[in-house]
Amino acid sequence: MARRVVIVGAGFHGCSAALRLSLQGYEVTVIDKAYAGRHASGVNAGGVRRLGRHPAEIPLAVAAWERWQCMTDIVGDDCGFRPVGQVKVAENDKDMAILADRERQVRDLGFHHEVLIGRDELHRRLPALADHCPGALACDGDGFANPYRTVTAWRREAERQGVRFREGIEITAIESKGNGWRLSGGGEHFDADLLVNCAGAWAGELCKWLGEPVPLTAEAPMLMITERLSPFLGTVVGATSRPLSFKQFENGTVLIGGGVRGDVDSVRHVAETRLDGLAENADTVVSLFPFMKEARIMRTWAGVEAVMKDHIPVIGLSSQHDNVIHAFGFSAHGYQLGPITGEIVADLAMEREPKLPITPFSIQRFQTPCPE
Amino acid sequence: MITHDLVILGTGPAGMAAATTALEHGITPVVIDEQPAAGGQIYRALERTPVLDRRILGEDYWSGESLIKGLKDPQIDYRPASTVWQLTRQREIGLLHDDKAEMICARHIILATGAMERPMPIAGWTLPGVMTAGSGQILLKSAGAVPQAPVVLAGCGPLLLLLATQYLRAGVEIAAILDTTPRDRYRAALKHVPGALRNVSTLLKGVGLLRELRRAGVRHIRGVSALRAEGSGQLERVLWKQQGDDNWQTLETPTLLLHQGVIPNTQITRAVDCHHEWDEQQLAWRPRLDEWLGTDIPGIAVAGDGGGIVGAKAAAMQGQLAGLGAALALGKLTLENSTERAQPIRKALARDTAIRPFLDVLYRPAKQWRLPDDDTLACRCEEVTGGEIRRMADMGCRGPNQTKSFTRCGMGPCQGRMCGITVSELLADANQQSVEETGYYRLRPPFKPITLGQLAKAAEEG
Ligand SMILES: Cc1cc2nc3c(=O)[nH]c(=O)nc-3n(C[C@H](O)[C@H](O)[C@H](O)COP(=O)(O)OP(=O)(O)OC[C@H]3O[C@@H](n4cnc5c(N)ncnc54)[C@H](O)[C@@H]3O)c2cc1C
Repeated sequence: MARRVVIVGAGFHGCSAALRLSLQGYEVTVIDKAYAGRHASGVNAGGVRRLGRHPAEIPLAVAAWERWQCMTDIVGDDCGFRPVGQVKVAENDKDMAILADRERQVRDLGFHHEVLIGRDELHRRLPALADHCPGALACDGDGFANPYRTVTAWRREAERQGVRFREGIEITAIESKGNGWRLSGGGEHFDADLLVNCAGAWAGELCKWLGEPVPLTAEAPMLMITERLSPFLGTVVGATSRPLSFKQFENGTVLIGGGVRGDVDSVRHVAETRLDGLAENADTVVSLFPFMKEARIMRTWAGVEAVMKDHIPVIGLSSQHDNVIHAFGFSAHGYQLGPITGEIVADLAMEREPKLPITPFSIQRFQTPCPE
Repeated sequence: MITHDLVILGTGPAGMAAATTALEHGITPVVIDEQPAAGGQIYRALERTPVLDRRILGEDYWSGESLIKGLKDPQIDYRPASTVWQLTRQREIGLLHDDKAEMICARHIILATGAMERPMPIAGWTLPGVMTAGSGQILLKSAGAVPQAPVVLAGCGPLLLLLATQYLRAGVEIAAILDTTPRDRYRAALKHVPGALRNVSTLLKGVGLLRELRRAGVRHIRGVSALRAEGSGQLERVLWKQQGDDNWQTLETPTLLLHQGVIPNTQITRAVDCHHEWDEQQLAWRPRLDEWLGTDIPGIAVAGDGGGIVGAKAAAMQGQLAGLGAALALGKLTLENSTERAQPIRKALARDTAIRPFLDVLYRPAKQWRLPDDDTLACRCEEVTGGEIRRMADMGCRGPNQTKSFTRCGMGPCQGRMCGITVSELLADANQQSVEETGYYRLRPPFKPITLGQLAKAAEEG
């Protein structure tokens, strides 16, 4: 059995894999070119959302949601998780029809967490919402958590289980060595029996080196946060036909995002904000919550995220090598899934059938040419 | 989006000099400042100050008149009361004026956004009645007002002494100057005196200020080694110890003005993430600049104190250099021509800044004034203490972006401008690593808060 595991990437998924593998007795090293949580996992919107998931992701999101309920038992910290619920509001009748279809679709798949609510119920939940919204799709129990705190809690628990973290080292080459791999970076070499690719927006590079290129683009979702406002928003809010996600934290600040994209600076490996997208985002907020017009924005930022062509991640064994596992490409909704990645990776490492259905996430889907 | 040849930020000496120099070479710059009137910190409110007795603010203040006149050339697109809330590496600038957000673009940008006061986080520094010397001076220049007297001034550096004499001349009662310059600094600075003699006028001016204060009988307590402000809900007294004396001494006062020098205001250069280095002599971050004061980002230059503390006269000279640099970059001058024109300016600049090593050594603030103790606030906006930052270091935080996520330190309305340097130094100290390794906050726009409504309007017009 493989003993030494090297995980590239100390984001949430890398930390999650590290913890679960070490609990199974593997000798695990996590390598990150920056530091744990520096990229998507530490700077995201913190949304813990089952609502609106791609059908293939629903079983994973539901399982992950169960882990979020008992975060303290897993890593000794609740990671700031607050299950305040989430709604996706309709702004007109056309939106309402889209949401009704969605509710039906999810129910047909055997899930019941997404529920259509009408005007009265919506405005009861959100008194500050503009009048024109006729209803929403609601998901009770969804909510948000604190991203950087989450990564740190998982990282610390992994360290307590013996995982070694090596930060500030960028892996720049991978070669096969014996039955395993030799990874090199920063003048050092790391030997592994098993390699786990959790390199986020940079995971495509690793795939290239491993001879199985994937259609991955690095994108830069943007966020902005307001000054502290008195509490007015008890639940996380999204919109149906324009990008929006917003929530109010306990300290009163309001986080606004939902998918508007900035730029990725490919040389410096950082994300930059773009004014037009932020302005559009602000416009959406102001039309849904008119009183927010006066709220001052304190900060805007963007994070680098791996987005796959079909907007669902790659999770599973390599198609080329039997000692490589991939978990990347979470396409701007991977934070919620963090707690289950490690379990899947551990199952795969131990050559067990994963408890969750992961066939749709196979890397092979990009290798068999689709019929046009 | 309209593209301008040259946009200059800031109307202190550097910005104004850059504007007139650029104009001389056929460039019509846009000049932006958030203040309603030109002058920057040093010539603040010069055209409208109620302090008309020229003796009070001193000759150096009034020497700003000619620069301000130059800025008023109708060919210069001067935009007062305009806030820059965003700047990208592609030189797009987000402006806010009269509630209206607007984007413009520039081929070349000169940042002349100056300095800010180094925070002096002592126990009780957040009590009402405790201010910085800089704000005490702005009050005097722009409103002819002074805080409640008798005042105590504490700290070190030229500005503290200048303010003391300005107050003296304005008839403000000064209870004491508590000078925190360590005693051995005078000896250490001695070896830089020969260099400083190249700028003898500034040196003499300093000596003159000290003499004026002494003649007037202002109580000047030297070698202050510990300091705290106390009061219930409001400053009531200042306590201090002197080097070699273990007893606290006390003075009742309604006003304490703190100051320990100025540091470059790197808010914007940080936000565009140009390369910064830690200046061990000035104990501050500064952007790395080339011979035309250009940063490592093409088309973005920094003139004046924003690139390292040089003082008003030198800042104006740097403004001229940056103006020539802009003319060169925009093809209005050949390299040969601009180099030739720059030569005398560079010489004068070297002469003027020859005094810096002397001042930097003499007034280098000691560690106890830069690193707040465990119970003292480091971040005023989010109320985070020095102790909390040290605890984060124990938890494994190596840099300020990590502590930020845990403590919210630096995430308040000032965006870390006030606590940034303190947190970097605290973490460096606690982790036994260099400040350079520790790094600084990643800064995010907006530099100044903008409302959602203002931003949304930019979408309609974009
Ligand atoms: C602004 C924003 C908002 C978001 N909001 C949400 C949300 O509300 N809810 C939600 O569920 N999801 C959200 N997401 C998505 C979520 O953050 C990501 O899907 C998830 O964090 C991805 O985690 P990761 O571990 O795959 O990648 P990352 O966290 O990016 O980690 C990858 C790590 O790999 C390292 N690395 C890469 N290459 C190398 C190399 N060669 N050598 C060494 N190290 C390397 C990187 O430095 C990095 O630290 C958001 C994302 C962003 C950017």
